[in-house]
Amino acid sequence: MKVKFWGVRGSIASPGPATVRYGGNTTCIEVRTDNNELIILDAGTGIFPLSQSLLTELPVTANVLITHSHWDHIQGLPLFVPNFIPGNTLRLHGAYDPVTGKGVEQVMSVQLQYSYFPVREAELKARIEYVTLTPNESIQIGSATITPFMMNHPVIDFGYRIEANGKSVFFTGDHEPPPNIYEPQDPEFSEYQSFVDAKTADILQAMAGVDVLIADSSYTRAEYPAKKGWGHGTFDTSIEYAKLAGAKMLFCTHHEPTRSDDALDQVFEQVLLEHPRQAGDPIYRLAKEGDSYEF
Amino acid sequence: MQTMPPDLSLKLANAVDGMPAFPKSVEKILQLTRDVNCTPKDIVQVIDKDPVVTVKILKVVNSAYYSLPRQITSVNNAVVYLGFNTIKNLALAIAAIGMMPKHNAADFDVDQYLLHSLSTAGIARKLASQMGDADPMDCFIGGLLHDFGKVVFAQFLPEEFRQALRMSQANKSSLHEALRQTVGVDHALVGAMLVEKWRFAPELIHTISHQYEADQVDTGLFACVFTANQISKQLGFGFGGNPCIHPLPEQVQRRMGGTLEDVIAASDDWSTVFDDAKLFATL
Repeated sequence: MKVKFWGVRGSIASPGPATVRYGGNTTCIEVRTDNNELIILDAGTGIFPLSQSLLTELPVTANVLITHSHWDHIQGLPLFVPNFIPGNTLRLHGAYDPVTGKGVEQVMSVQLQYSYFPVREAELKARIEYVTLTPNESIQIGSATITPFMMNHPVIDFGYRIEANGKSVFFTGDHEPPPNIYEPQDPEFSEYQSFVDAKTADILQAMAGVDVLIADSSYTRAEYPAKKGWGHGTFDTSIEYAKLAGAKMLFCTHHEPTRSDDALDQVFEQVLLEHPRQAGDPIYRLAKEGDSYEF
Repeated sequence: MQTMPPDLSLKLANAVDGMPAFPKSVEKILQLTRDVNCTPKDIVQVIDKDPVVTVKILKVVNSAYYSLPRQITSVNNAVVYLGFNTIKNLALAIAAIGMMPKHNAADFDVDQYLLHSLSTAGIARKLASQMGDADPMDCFIGGLLHDFGKVVFAQFLPEEFRQALRMSQANKSSLHEALRQTVGVDHALVGAMLVEKWRFAPELIHTISHQYEADQVDTGLFACVFTANQISKQLGFGFGGNPCIHPLPEQVQRRMGGTLEDVIAASDDWSTVFDDAKLFATL
């Protein structure tokens, strides 16, 4: 199995001299099974360079798994080049949103309106299919078994576990470990904590023993209190998940768009100092645009 | 302002008094969701005290879409499962339509009325977001309640209301004129009495009471609700009993940047609003 990062920034694309090394595109991760099935995690702006790399192997069936519908995870989708070439298939997977009552098809229909994009869905040349997924229910994509899990973000967000040929990867999408909304002295605190603990156990179960964990690590521990409730994790929460789940490798991603490459290196160096690796611990890495990892 | 004989005035005042109170929880949820600094704890505590909203949220969370391994039994539990923001938005939508009546004794098609009210609400909110000089949530509430006086008539003056509905249908006249003939006053006035009793902001009361004296009010809220009402009727999103579509008065046209036809033509996805209305009508 191979994982390749095409976009690792959170919130907004952030090109420029300060983000050259880690890249400025927003979330997009290519996963290839040993059978060469193409699975794409999120359609941030990184999906545009990814789509250009596909032009040598047309026709393609692109299985895109959308974690959630925020712009930085879908914005590249209208410019996924194979969409304009007959013979290709784009199969879009994602969640049902109870607030709008819509499935994953909304991700395309919102963007493909004349006011926002010159090409309507009916004018795309590729075959477009929508698959609205149910949490905890696995689907099969060729040799790969995909299972979506509910994560915690200000909109319905799926984490995905992908297993194929005995290998596995879990991507959290945007995720903040659910905090207790009560103070310890509130009577509701302990009951709420029991829900949080059950949720944490579910999430760890979903990640258990993966070869690769790719996790939302937007903030440092010091930055987090000001961002509580925004739906993002920290380097520390990602490391804790990776350790408890027994992951072999952790890729920290969703880099702050305002954090320069140098600042990112500094922050990560500090994180590694605070979490010295013991025998059996996962390997910790920063996700970097263009990097791929085969296992 | 319409005038009425003292006995009718007393009868209507009693009818308005007999209507249920505007739920405190709805008011509180509306207020809290306008405040970006409100904590999840604040909102959960308000929702928890409203059994109707709670049950509907649990119904959504436990629905087949989420095929959960275990039953979600409390709002707190739902927040951990679906996330605070989703629960907040669900509560807001559920609460705002929660007080719509389901039955009446005047052959008034409540399902169609509900769709008309919900689509007017959704269109008004959409217009407010585009225009920028009215609060979208106020416009939503204004649209939702603009015809609420009809509910008072359906419940307390069913005979007169039924007669007015027939008259308006038969000669394609405006329902408010038929009501003035059969009851003596129209639903705009009674709706305004009701929202006044509920202590809504004066601007919202004026918007409802002056629906048919459109030249007297010139606010963003009024323009959005008035226009939304006509769009809903023109495009047939539900039916509130009135077959007449009124042109936009001059000051409304100025705010909306054109005639009713111009405003309708300016967007190609009005049906989205109707889809949302249909969804909420079934919650």
